[in-house]
Amino acid sequence: MTLKKNIFAMGNEAITEGALAAGARFYAGYPITPSSEIAERSSIRLPQLGGMFVQMEDEIGSIAAVIGASAAGVKSYTATSGPGFSLMQENLGVAVMGEIPCVIVNVQRSGPSTGLATKPAQGDVMQAKWGTHGDHGIIALSPSSVQECYDLTIRAFNLAELYRTPVILLADEIIGHMREGYCPHLPKEIIERKKPLCANRDYKPYDFCGEENEIAPLAAFGSEYITRINGSGHDESGNACGRLDNADKFIRHYHEKFQKNRDDIIETKSFDLQDAEYAIITFGCSVRSGKAALKLARQKGIKVGLLQLVTIWPFPYEQVAKICEQVQGVVVPEMNLGQIQGEIRKVCPTHCSLWGINRVDSQMITPYEILAKLEEAAI
Amino acid sequence: MNYMDYLKTQDFPLFWCGGCGNGAVLGAIVRSFAALCYSKEETVVVTGIGCWGKADDYVTTNSFHGTHGRALAFATGIKLANPKLQVVVLMGDGDGVTIGGNHFIHAARRNVDVTAILVNNYNYGMTGGQYSGSTPLNSITSTSRYGHIEEGFDICQLAIAAGAPFVARTSSDDPLAMQRFITAGLNKKGFSLIEVIAPCPTHFGKNNGMRNAADLMKWVKERSISVARAHTMNEEELALKLIMGILTDTEREDYGSKYSRVIAAAQEGRRDIK
Ligand SMILES: Cc1ncc(C[n+]2csc(CCOP(=O)(O)OP(=O)(O)O)c2C)c(N)n1
Ligand code: SF4
Repeated sequence: MTLKKNIFAMGNEAITEGALAAGARFYAGYPITPSSEIAERSSIRLPQLGGMFVQMEDEIGSIAAVIGASAAGVKSYTATSGPGFSLMQENLGVAVMGEIPCVIVNVQRSGPSTGLATKPAQGDVMQAKWGTHGDHGIIALSPSSVQECYDLTIRAFNLAELYRTPVILLADEIIGHMREGYCPHLPKEIIERKKPLCANRDYKPYDFCGEENEIAPLAAFGSEYITRINGSGHDESGNACGRLDNADKFIRHYHEKFQKNRDDIIETKSFDLQDAEYAIITFGCSVRSGKAALKLARQKGIKVGLLQLVTIWPFPYEQVAKICEQVQGVVVPEMNLGQIQGEIRKVCPTHCSLWGINRVDSQMITPYEILAKLEEAAI
Repeated sequence: MNYMDYLKTQDFPLFWCGGCGNGAVLGAIVRSFAALCYSKEETVVVTGIGCWGKADDYVTTNSFHGTHGRALAFATGIKLANPKLQVVVLMGDGDGVTIGGNHFIHAARRNVDVTAILVNNYNYGMTGGQYSGSTPLNSITSTSRYGHIEEGFDICQLAIAAGAPFVARTSSDDPLAMQRFITAGLNKKGFSLIEVIAPCPTHFGKNNGMRNAADLMKWVKERSISVARAHTMNEEELALKLIMGILTDTEREDYGSKYSRVIAAAQEGRRDIK
């Protein structure tokens, strides 16, 4: 195995290469700025690897085709932005309830609606969690560099396969279109979905009780097993089931399978937090401003650290609570009106002040805006 | 194979009302599977949401029960990911050509190798008999109490115009024609559509003075003509007629086959797919 060398590339390019490195071989999507480079590159790269690309009639169909292809055993992905992500919400629920692994890249742009069509934002944090109706858990990861675009896309596929779930890669225009060096190394680990080992007639695609991580094995269409995938209320076999106790069991499962595996799913990165009296907690493109602000503040003698939320959902409450306990104040820069800050507030003790730095004018938050808040706090 | 092998008889009785056309269509489908000796493991029945969309509850093959109107889009992914699978898509007129109209025309145009069996009962059975994109002008439905002011689609013509290589129409009281067309559709490489006109006595029938399935089928029969007869009639005479039979049967390379040439070109470093 040759070691790959560093290349200079756009985030969207690294996302595509990450998907291919993870073993994805099917893409269905509908073009939308700022995600289209993922579709364009996938249309060239997938057939080179024997995979398949199809441009669907809309994003409703795109995510449906992705789910269908995954049920047929092929790792699948799509990429979109705001308006397209909104259209995907209904069938995202099919992937949740049908427990079909897939990866949805949302390169966030300004909203609501068509918004400032090509401009960056980080406003889909809550939509990623609650966009599709009903109670359920979800996994969302947010890259802050081109390297993370590559690494987290691979991780997104691994988590999708391991937990039989859609995983959202919550990127943003700044990271998707930014160019910097990254290394498309061979993945340390590639996880494939668990396949059944039982006798054919005993196979039940939704019988999670007693399984490792509470995840039932998934046989692909065309295997020696009969697989019944169902987005309506169903029993362990995938048969329609209107029993209320059954609904209770499964809806709790869509939530609890993430809660029980929080330690494995959640990833955060800490910078200079050991002696910190103040913390910056942020994600995605705003991490870059946060890191620059950290440096400036440290030069001025303010003891600041930074917690990067790599996993956005399930939300890293424990990790955030620990930092809030330690410091006197937390600054949360985000290109929305406080979606992450609201989650932090849930676990922030009274002794810790909480400030948001919020922009929705599609301008990146500057390090100086963060610095000003830290200086004000430290006086 | 025996057609009963494809039926989940343990889940009978069927959920559908007495006089509903769905049971007969399901019968024709499993008979076609049996005639073609389909392996259950290599067959996927994809359904939408509606009364007809519950048909997957009763088959023993693989199944995929998704969302209202999106069955063809799910089926597209299933078929493209594994071309060895026989992918059969069951949709109502609401599913197929109303909420799912966009997927319908594009699946036909794209020529994905799946067989769509669309049961047209001229209304939304499941939700209480509201009008759909195929409801005829002047019909009474739960949401057109003064008479429907829109024209309904001719579903077969829509599929033909969109490029479907195989399109046939029959009614649920003609089991032989259903089986013949479904078998032909399953054998067809490319997108095939079989529209089955079926009674919904509970809503469409009741709302329009046709209390039982026989009355409804009489109404259908009165409007039905064969493809051969249709050739002898002019446009005016054909208005409001239902042409029954195989309306189109042509050869057109399907998306999956074409795409394998894209793969070959990409792997050989060519930019043309000759
Ligand atoms: C997005 C969405 N909108 C509305 C519904 C409610 N709904 C369920 S079935 C149906 C209509 C079914 O009609 P059709 O497809 O013609 O099938 P039939 O019941 O007549 O067999 C509707 C409107 C739904 N399930 N999903
Ligand atoms: S409501 Fe109509 S379509 Fe539905 S089962 Fe009854 S008769 Fe059939």
